[in-house]
Amino acid sequence: MGSYLRPTSLPEALAALAATPRIVLAGGTDYYPARVGRPPEDDLLDITAIPALAGIAETEEGWRIGAATTWTEVVEAPLPPLFDGLKAAAREVGGAQIQNAGTVAGNLCNASPAADGIPNLLALGATVHLASASGDRVLPVAEFVHGNRRTARRADEIVTAIHIPGPKRAARSVFLKLGARRYLVISIVMVAAVAEFDEDGTIASARIAVGSCSAAAVRLPALEAALAGQRPDPALVAEAHLAPLSPIDDVRASAAYRRDAALTLLRRAVEALR
Amino acid sequence: MRSPAERIAFTLNGAGVEVHAPPATRLADLLRDTLGLTGTKIGCNAGDCGACTVLLDGRQVCACLVASGQVSGREVVTVEGLAKDGTVSALQEAFARNGAAQCGICTPGMLMAAADLLARTPQPDEPAVLDALGGVLCRCTGYRKIVEAVLSLGETAAQQAPAAGRAVGARLRHPDATQIVTGTHRFGADALPEEAFLTLRAVRSPYPHARFEIGDLAPLFARFPGLVRVLTAADVPGQNLFGIYPTGKDQPVLAPGLVRMRGEAIAALVGDAETVAAIRDDDLPITWGVLEPVTFDRALSGDAPEMHPHAPGNVLIRGRVKAGDAAAALETAPHRAAVSVETGFVEHAYIEPEAGYARRVGERIEIVACTQTPYMDRDELALILGVTQNQVRVIPTATGGGFGGKLDLSLQPLVSVAAWITGRPVRCVYTRPESIASTTKRHPARITAEAACDAEGRLVAYRFHGDFNTGAYASWGPTVANRVPVHATGPYAVPNVLATSAAIHTTDTPAGAFRGFGVPQAAIAHEALMDMLAERSGLDPLAFRLRNAIRPGDATATGQVLEHAVGMAACLEALEQRWQALRAEAEAFNRAQNGAIRRGAGVACMWYGIGNTSMSNPSDMTIGLARDGTLTLYCGAMDIGQGAKAIMAQIASDALGIPVASLRITEADTDLTRDAGKTSASRQTFVSGNAARLAGEDLRRRILALANAGPEARIVPVPGGILIEDGGRSIPLDLMRHAADSHGDALVGEGRFDPPTTALDADGRGIPYAAYAFAAQVAYVEVDTALGTIKPLRIVAAHDVGRAVNPTQVEGQIHGGIAQGLGLALMEEFFPGRNENLHDYLIPTIGDIPPIEATLIEDPDPLGPFGAKGIGEPALIATAPAILGAIHHATGVRITRVPATPDRVRAALLAAGAAR
Ligand SMILES: Cc1cc2nc3c(=O)[nH]c(=O)nc-3n(C[C@H](O)[C@H](O)[C@H](O)COP(=O)(O)OP(=O)(O)OC[C@H]3O[C@@H](n4cnc5c(N)ncnc54)[C@H](O)[C@@H]3O)c2cc1C
Ligand code: FES
Ligand code: FES
Repeated sequence: MGSYLRPTSLPEALAALAATPRIVLAGGTDYYPARVGRPPEDDLLDITAIPALAGIAETEEGWRIGAATTWTEVVEAPLPPLFDGLKAAAREVGGAQIQNAGTVAGNLCNASPAADGIPNLLALGATVHLASASGDRVLPVAEFVHGNRRTARRADEIVTAIHIPGPKRAARSVFLKLGARRYLVISIVMVAAVAEFDEDGTIASARIAVGSCSAAAVRLPALEAALAGQRPDPALVAEAHLAPLSPIDDVRASAAYRRDAALTLLRRAVEALR
Repeated sequence: MRSPAERIAFTLNGAGVEVHAPPATRLADLLRDTLGLTGTKIGCNAGDCGACTVLLDGRQVCACLVASGQVSGREVVTVEGLAKDGTVSALQEAFARNGAAQCGICTPGMLMAAADLLARTPQPDEPAVLDALGGVLCRCTGYRKIVEAVLSLGETAAQQAPAAGRAVGARLRHPDATQIVTGTHRFGADALPEEAFLTLRAVRSPYPHARFEIGDLAPLFARFPGLVRVLTAADVPGQNLFGIYPTGKDQPVLAPGLVRMRGEAIAALVGDAETVAAIRDDDLPITWGVLEPVTFDRALSGDAPEMHPHAPGNVLIRGRVKAGDAAAALETAPHRAAVSVETGFVEHAYIEPEAGYARRVGERIEIVACTQTPYMDRDELALILGVTQNQVRVIPTATGGGFGGKLDLSLQPLVSVAAWITGRPVRCVYTRPESIASTTKRHPARITAEAACDAEGRLVAYRFHGDFNTGAYASWGPTVANRVPVHATGPYAVPNVLATSAAIHTTDTPAGAFRGFGVPQAAIAHEALMDMLAERSGLDPLAFRLRNAIRPGDATATGQVLEHAVGMAACLEALEQRWQALRAEAEAFNRAQNGAIRRGAGVACMWYGIGNTSMSNPSDMTIGLARDGTLTLYCGAMDIGQGAKAIMAQIASDALGIPVASLRITEADTDLTRDAGKTSASRQTFVSGNAARLAGEDLRRRILALANAGPEARIVPVPGGILIEDGGRSIPLDLMRHAADSHGDALVGEGRFDPPTTALDADGRGIPYAAYAFAAQVAYVEVDTALGTIKPLRIVAAHDVGRAVNPTQVEGQIHGGIAQGLGLALMEEFFPGRNENLHDYLIPTIGDIPPIEATLIEDPDPLGPFGAKGIGEPALIATAPAILGAIHHATGVRITRVPATPDRVRAALLAAGAAR
């Protein structure tokens, strides 16, 4: 029989998960759409009443985005330019209703190939903090997301927060999303880029990730290397840099188009870093 | 199983409430089913449509995605909470005043999204409005009047009720505006039987083509005690076949062992709501024998098994219109052009999924459901139940959009059979995937066409063939096949024409009626050819169209000479200045920069015959005068958001000579109103409007005769009766001598109108329609040639409507039609089994519709009521070709496969070497 728990503390939640497997419920914007025409009948653990999971805070190493943080909270938080890309993504997730309920962590845990948050988190060098009754662990996003709807999360674990390291130098970020309509649209391709700059305006380091072009969003190490030490210049982006991508044909677009559009978006993203 | 009920306490519309419910229940269901607040609508249950938008702690959320447990201790505001002390809010008033609601199913969601915005930003700009309302879909309005309403909030332009005889031409608001903006308008899923009822869920085929057998159901009944019946084909009491045409009844209510389409109902579970929802299709003992699908390609190649005995070679029907000798004229003409066009399935995507119930009342059945055509429903249901038409009563609910998709039966036969057999009321609400998978679509078309003109750019010949994928069942396939050849040339005078069509059966979703019946697809071909021939003859595209525009005295391809009300040239002339300006603006923009972004302007024309093609399609209306002076229009014409209710009232009251506010309306109910035909073919204003006019004139004559008054006398409704003012005298009308009929009316005016047409001969010669509407539209777009994305920047439209009975509604139809035309052009294509939801099937959002300038040409039609013609379908037809023309102007590349999705546009640009 489906049961519903809405604990108000993390230990309670972890104890519940240790006792029986449950589906974690946050904003519900991925959970409910997957069950159209069916009454919700799973054992649920609603994590939205746990204060320890709320809010965005600056830490010694950078920032902490609590697991219950919604996209709207990201948009409204006073954050440095490092987060411009994530904020741009937040403004383009679904419509306002989805942004008000959906969480960044839920987007990550759902691990859709088209999740707009994941390329940004990859580009931000984010880590995923997991907790369970038997202990905590921290994984880089790339190790957390394994593929289409597959993550490293064990059934007894909750993602408690996403941590973003503070940049060592001046940093800028961009996010470009391509969809077939203005609002409420799943990305055909998206690109997130974060770069740290030396004082002379050259790129000290860059992290660039592409989503919707493989089972899980990936970074493009060759492109990142090509940009290091250079001023942002779209001409530095070469087709060969797209090697890690493996796009597919679906109702939204063809694989060939995805590869082609990714190249254009990457060039535009680099241009926007200027 | 559901989670057990728990106590949930929260603040709802300012007052504390406490409910016992399973906390995982969607808030939308809690509000509607447990708390009875049906103002919050459900269009998808998946976050995709926003119809369920409510405020949670002041922020808009989709109530279908919120667990009821999450609102504990918090504040929820629904549309029912917007009006205070019986007075609607300024926002609600702005929606009512601006015509921001058509069918009204999206309105509660729109209002809540706007309320969220306005609480934070009392004076928003347009981008802020778009961002705030971006999560609510509207399929009717094209959004522009919604944006205007939110931006106009401060304004208090008082609307004056039109005086007697002045209703036609007035911007009368929707007669149901107050119910719509307060959430009390009752749609299919809002109507519940008073008695305890059963719920029905259809079990549908996952395969497009298969044989099946259903095994022993006893274990299923044992496992689910709440299951009352499982209906199968054998349970249908009458004929287990339905369809639009008397000769096209080929679709089973429940498939008898063979399915011809995915989503076809094979059984119906009837029981309590929880049980039928809990049963998985896999729980039924069904054995499938999967057959090879009959695709469009396979059916066209002739190498497919025949699907129906009535369709040899899988050809349901062919259409043909011939004038002169097209082949010979094409041969010798100085300029020639040819084009092939391909279009896909398009889903109506009305925001209200099909819903309703049936109940048995003695030896009669009552069906309360959303529909576009109560009388056809009645007649078909009588056949299915094996009863007489008098035994069937159809009481339509408000219908949350239709666009042709609610002309065919959907849940009505299922609930009727179930209620008939069980004797208990039976309700059914389609899910969004079920609605998309099982109901009709726009026909995919494959068209080849050629046209030729002389050295001066005058059209001499047009040859056209269109194959239309009509899917598994006949539905409206014959209408498309007949209508298309008549309209194939577009609104131009062409002496030599050969236009042919075929509707082809496949194992795809049935294609039926969708705003325009194939004409929008054909218009893409004729407008591409006009652009090409204009270029070849060295003429501006608009000038070329003007030179060839059909004018009074010209004959159509069917040989019909159009004498009056031919506003094609007037539409083009009205656009000329804006056309030149936008062409120049695009060219200046393209000269000024060399990047990936190019702009272009395109123009397109359309014409549309009002009413059925060469077939009788009468409407009957009556107006009753009760002894106490109450005047009632019995209006069988369904208002599905297009505005028939206001139109009929405006026309009838002017014909009668009374203020429109004095006329009550009894809406369609097959027991109370007469047959006013179906809401399709853009016929209600023209056909039913004429019936309403005749009924008004008839009642006026009877009243004046009774009062011995002259024809100029005024009929003045006063409390308790009617005064007749004639010359200087004012006499009360004495109705007491007259017996009242079953409606309580002492006098009744009757009106009947059937448009005068003639049959078409074997060459398609004759008079298919009594009136035609005309339009031209200019699209101004921006193309990102590197990504293949298209952004429409502006649409300028001129429509010859004869007479705008209600200009706000006419503009609303134009805006909504343009939005659907834009969807057809750029994003909408349904693939059976692949995008049966509003997540992957994309329709335009509020951010996709550019500013629209609409000019109304009023060239009164001598046959139209007060000169009016139709606008419903004409609004959509020119948009897609205008956008495609604009893409060509911007890039030099002509796209002929729609929708022009980014990948297709980019591929076409690369192939043509036109990408940057
Ligand atoms: C109309 C619509 C439009 C959308 N548009 C977009 C879009 O443009 N871009 C995009 O990327 N996404 C989009 N989404 C998807 C969705 O809104 C996002 O992925 C959202 O961020 C999910 O967050 P949530 O809190 O609602 O997740 P939930 O639905 O609550 O959960 C999602 C999954 O993650 C798990 N989970 C959630 N939180 C945790 C946790 N802390 N620990 C462990 N597991 C957890 C859940 O068990 C579930 O499997 C859209 C959804 C809808 C309905
Ligand atoms: S019903 Fe909730 S978004 Fe459609
Ligand atoms: S008025 Fe918006 S969907 Fe009908």
